Amino acid sequence: MNTFKIKQGLDIKMEGKAATEIDGYEFSDKIALVPDNYLGLTLKPAVKQGDRVKAGGVVMFDKNFPELKIVAPKSGVIDEVARGNKRKLLYISILTDKKQEYEVFPTWNKIAGQARNDNGTTEREYLYAIILNAGFGALIRQRPYDIVAMPNRFPKAIFVSAFDTAPLAPDYNFVMKGQKSNLQAGLSALAKLTDGKVFYSVGKNTADELRTFKDVEINEFDGPHPAGNVSVQINRLAPINKGEVVWTMNIEDVALLGKFLLTGKTDFTKIIALAGEGFEKPSYISTVTGVQIADILHYNIYKGIKLRYIAGNPLTGEKVLENDFLSPFAPQITAIPEGDSTHELLGWIMPRFDSFSTTNLYFTKILQKICPKKRFSFDARILGGERAFIMSGEYEKVFPLDIMPEQLVKAMIVKNIDKMEQLGAYEVAPEDFALCEFVCTSKIPVQKIVRESLDYMRKELE
Amino acid sequence: MNLHKLVEKIKPTFSEGGKLSKLRSVFDGFETFLFVPNETSKSGVHIHDTTDSKRTLFVVVIALIPALLFGMWNVGYQHFTAIGESVGFLSEFWFGLLAVLPILVVSYVVGLGIEFISAQIKGHEIAEGFLVTGILIPLIVPVDTPLWMVAVATAFAVIFAKEVFGGTGYNIFNVALITRAFLFFAYPSSMSGDSVWVRTKSVFGFGGGTAVDSFSGATPLGQLGTATGAEAHFSDILGNPISFFDAFLGTIPGSIGETSTLAILIGAALLILTNVASWKIMFSVFFGGAFMGLIFNLCGPDTAIANLAWYNHLVLGGFAFGAVFMATDPVTAARTETGKWLYGFLIGALAVIIRVLNPGYPEGMMLAILLMNIFGCLIDYFVVQRNIKRRLKRIEK
Repeated sequence: MNTFKIKQGLDIKMEGKAATEIDGYEFSDKIALVPDNYLGLTLKPAVKQGDRVKAGGVVMFDKNFPELKIVAPKSGVIDEVARGNKRKLLYISILTDKKQEYEVFPTWNKIAGQARNDNGTTEREYLYAIILNAGFGALIRQRPYDIVAMPNRFPKAIFVSAFDTAPLAPDYNFVMKGQKSNLQAGLSALAKLTDGKVFYSVGKNTADELRTFKDVEINEFDGPHPAGNVSVQINRLAPINKGEVVWTMNIEDVALLGKFLLTGKTDFTKIIALAGEGFEKPSYISTVTGVQIADILHYNIYKGIKLRYIAGNPLTGEKVLENDFLSPFAPQITAIPEGDSTHELLGWIMPRFDSFSTTNLYFTKILQKICPKKRFSFDARILGGERAFIMSGEYEKVFPLDIMPEQLVKAMIVKNIDKMEQLGAYEVAPEDFALCEFVCTSKIPVQKIVRESLDYMRKELE
Repeated sequence: MNLHKLVEKIKPTFSEGGKLSKLRSVFDGFETFLFVPNETSKSGVHIHDTTDSKRTLFVVVIALIPALLFGMWNVGYQHFTAIGESVGFLSEFWFGLLAVLPILVVSYVVGLGIEFISAQIKGHEIAEGFLVTGILIPLIVPVDTPLWMVAVATAFAVIFAKEVFGGTGYNIFNVALITRAFLFFAYPSSMSGDSVWVRTKSVFGFGGGTAVDSFSGATPLGQLGTATGAEAHFSDILGNPISFFDAFLGTIPGSIGETSTLAILIGAALLILTNVASWKIMFSVFFGGAFMGLIFNLCGPDTAIANLAWYNHLVLGGFAFGAVFMATDPVTAARTETGKWLYGFLIGALAVIIRVLNPGYPEGMMLAILLMNIFGCLIDYFVVQRNIKRRLKRIEK
């Protein structure tokens, strides 16, 4: 095991860290799957209103790769196939059964056996077909472009990170407790899908239980956020060159995959964190993909202040409303004050002792020296107007990849694909630029620029 | 009285369709000046660092205050020395204040006026860039510059060096230095020579008198540039020799804010502590100047200015001011960390080369920085290219 020290980055100590306890089980009568959550796919419905689906039954499939399927997390009756402008598919909702019925899939042992009997397919192809059929293929992401992994080729490596360094991120030591065998099965399955290695990275504080696995290469990354991001790990261990593909999968999804392969039943029940100052009791909750956000929140949030709900962490998550549904890619729900009714007088000249800043224009660093455990409050205000690039060297301090962030973002702004390619656009995901956006004096919406540019590149090049 | 309610009440008048919608950008500027915008994030990160461009540029303005105050006093001090009167600190400062304030006001009124108008035309928010430029301009001109020239030069620089490129953040050249260069080349007779650096006339009827017989208003660099001998002698306005320490303190004739290296270094300390300006650039400018000065000392031509001891280069003329406040302008400087070292070094070295090898331009700093403003991008290009090559090499392997 090698240890990689990450120097650049930033740990943002926010109020509202989730206490390590599971505060109930939440699973509503109605759940829904939202096509927009699956970046890079054009999904079509495989069911009509009134159809019955079992848990693990196909609900949607991709237009270009029909083998990429989205399955029902729970059995029930299709309640609505909702469409918006230009018949865009918005979501498919399911009224869930009291007693669950499951689609039956072959288990791990059978897969190996059948592959040997069947002349045409290799074990790898057979295994992958089953993973796709059970909807797990859509939970694997690929670089370049940071989209759902396209099934037309196998990757040169697969990355799984056992820790998340983002502010208020879930503590996987807690979430993955007792999941070792599932995780091992999932990792071993992934190892069959690549000619290269499965790189499994642990953090400095990763529990012993999560430190030893077979079929994978384990490395340790030590440093501030984004040390836990797969991009950093990819950049150090197997940087992506033009024409290469790398897959990544969230550690919790790997365990779900492992559990599926061991039992033959799809079970998308997982533990997510409820974090942020908006929660009365920040903690964890056991739930399932597709539940309505309101059901997760209802008893736990502070009433009386306007809150912003985020599916994911405050740096990279999506803003969601109470009637939205839980994305399969959100390991947490964050609630922070919206802050749009705050009118701070002469903020640009006031000392603002309680505000967090990485610059020395405020007293954050001194405060942190005096009380190292201090956590800061944030709301959703941008706290300044958008400007052109003025300060230099800001992004580099929080960007640990061997890529020049400002220059790459500028190439993206002017849509220069050659330059983007040369400067490493294949290796990055919008989340890698989250800290750049956070520290930016000019308040430039960097992640939006990166997302749009990756989509543009993909459209032009594929 | 609730100030915020008042602002909200008059807001519609200035918004699209309101009676005073032509002043929208001005209103907007004042509103964001008074209250932190309550706009919340729509994409990307949901939380933001508290810093913004207002705070950042405001720190630069504060860092310039010591040089400004010292400059004001020095204008008075030089004046009363020239007319042979001893009037005490307060009167000297008062005289300087009266002489400098009109230039400051003209610079801000003209520059901000143009900023407001162009923000209104483009429908943008007002960028804060000119808050710094507006105070830089009076500090780098001679005290006797006619106000109309300041107005014309400021207007020229803001429009042609900044707004036509797209505004703050898009300019290639340092706007304040373009103002100075415009004055220098458009009105050479009013910008150089011996008579512009020390005000001998009264201001608003205060401090009248006639210059004493031994008075000569030439700056040290001016004296060295035109010296016929090869010995590096320079003296103050009464003909007494100037020591390194005098020049460091700044009790010598020169542009209003650039004479006191001490006051400038106080500003530099603030800029470095707050991380607003790059210490790498500052350091390497001084290093480049010292290095080149030493080379000329050792093996340069046998002229007075080439024989000027290397450390004197750093405290005379606009060297220190340029190093701390002009070269570090992040928009026009090199933006890569490696590039900053080279960028600064070349500014320092070029400034001394221009001073020594072209006596027509005794003040080389302005030209050195403007020249390097162009080459900053080129330096960055090579740094970026190195990163690209490393990526290509990976494929070959």
